[in-house]
Amino acid sequence: MEIRTVLIANRGEIARRIIRTCKAKGIRTIAVYSEADATMPFVREADTAVLIGPPPVAQSYLNMETILQAAKEHGADAIHPGYGLLSENGRFARRCAEEGMIFIGPRPEVMEDMGAKIRARSKMIEAGVPVVPGYNGNILDAEEACRVAAEIGYPVMLKASAGGGGIGMQICRDDEEVRKAFQSAKGRAKAYFGNDDMFIEKYIDNPHHIEVQIAGDEHGRIVHLFERECSIQRRHQKVIEESPSPFLDETTRGLICDAAVRAAQAVEYTGVGTVEFIMDGNKEFFFLEMNTRLQVEHPVTEAVTGLDLVELQLTIAEGKALPFTQEDITQQGHAMELRIYAEDPVTFMPSPGTISRYEQPEGEGIRIDDAVESGSVITPFYDPMIGKLIVSGNTRAEVIARAEDALAQYAIEGIKTNISMLSEVLGDEEFAAGIYTTQFVQQMKRMTNK
Amino acid sequence: MKQIVANMAGTVINILVNEGDEVQAGADVVMLESMKMEVPVAAEVSGKVTAIKVNISDFVNEGDILIELEG
Repeated sequence: MEIRTVLIANRGEIARRIIRTCKAKGIRTIAVYSEADATMPFVREADTAVLIGPPPVAQSYLNMETILQAAKEHGADAIHPGYGLLSENGRFARRCAEEGMIFIGPRPEVMEDMGAKIRARSKMIEAGVPVVPGYNGNILDAEEACRVAAEIGYPVMLKASAGGGGIGMQICRDDEEVRKAFQSAKGRAKAYFGNDDMFIEKYIDNPHHIEVQIAGDEHGRIVHLFERECSIQRRHQKVIEESPSPFLDETTRGLICDAAVRAAQAVEYTGVGTVEFIMDGNKEFFFLEMNTRLQVEHPVTEAVTGLDLVELQLTIAEGKALPFTQEDITQQGHAMELRIYAEDPVTFMPSPGTISRYEQPEGEGIRIDDAVESGSVITPFYDPMIGKLIVSGNTRAEVIARAEDALAQYAIEGIKTNISMLSEVLGDEEFAAGIYTTQFVQQMKRMTNK
Repeated sequence: MKQIVANMAGTVINILVNEGDEVQAGADVVMLESMKMEVPVAAEVSGKVTAIKVNISDFVNEGDILIELEG
């Protein structure tokens, strides 16, 4: 079925990003927005904008029925959920189908299988995809957790099955730490995800976080679009992503991309998605989770492959075949994404407020996907990311030089941003040499504090 | 009387003390959620909690009084 009108059930930079591709393809767009977002650029840029409720997400961007009502009233034939919010909600995908609309994403049962971490691990083991050594079942109490941890060997990572974004995750180095952490991690999982199933994995020291972009159509073809290195993180959230990964050699790249395709095949994946892996110092890698949606960092892949992933999502959602084979896709040059957050660059505490001045960089190889402009109000209700700087070039060194120049051009006043922290990372010798793990930001801070 | 105020705008997600508790300077007393992040609010001085001015799920602005202390 041809898609003519898309409702975007999201906000900020990703709503603008989706609108851009829709416009280029002649597709009409409907934005939905909360009272807090009435003057944001994405609301103006859509062909139609519908107010769906007050600022808290539970009353606006997560309100399925109001969103579906807006979609019906304004003639949407498809709903793009972006990332976060309703993007991995199987119930919402089912409701879209019931209302005769296309949910742009995989089948609901695939989202649910991958969303439940314990179930996803089992699926991957069946498919021969390596998973972190650990215990598959739901662990009921701290004493059972201690027994399982003793079998796996400390340190271990205590995790919520329904978790994400670092919430409900705790490293434990001995029984005492497990006993201390178990109830609070379980409680947080219940509060945040409404599900407090817990499991335990071996904790991998100093790991890399490397993920592989995949795409599958309804005709059974699944391809990978190479990897993204996402090890620069703070608070378990990504700050800088790049492709190719400076840590991978050709052999490992081949292996991890193949594993990602196998993972996607195991669930007959349709749409674009990401298979996340954790990799140790010996380049041994393990499945972490699958994100059944567009990722924040998708532009890195677009920059090195020359593809438009939103366009690909629309093509797949229309039931068409992928317009290429694996052999057609190449990874050319280098690209990096730097996330601009409204937060203190040292404590990483959020910094809501009004942006009194907003000037963004320009230059060769610079792409900006952002949410704001001068005068925009950053409210406490949503994620602190206000934009993404995507830099591409022929080599990694060229990308770093361009990124440093671009960061220096930013002028953002009225709120705090992490731009100085990003510059500090780019200026680091080890980062420049491509030597870093997920511990990099913490280690850098420790050095600075000395 | 001393007051503990919100260090930023956000939603109260947890209150970690009860009326009558003795709190030490530096101890977290309230958890706010702002921009999808948990932000602890700590007591700047020690004292006994005489009043809790907010409820869980209240929205507070920066500078709003959360807790009153004496001592």
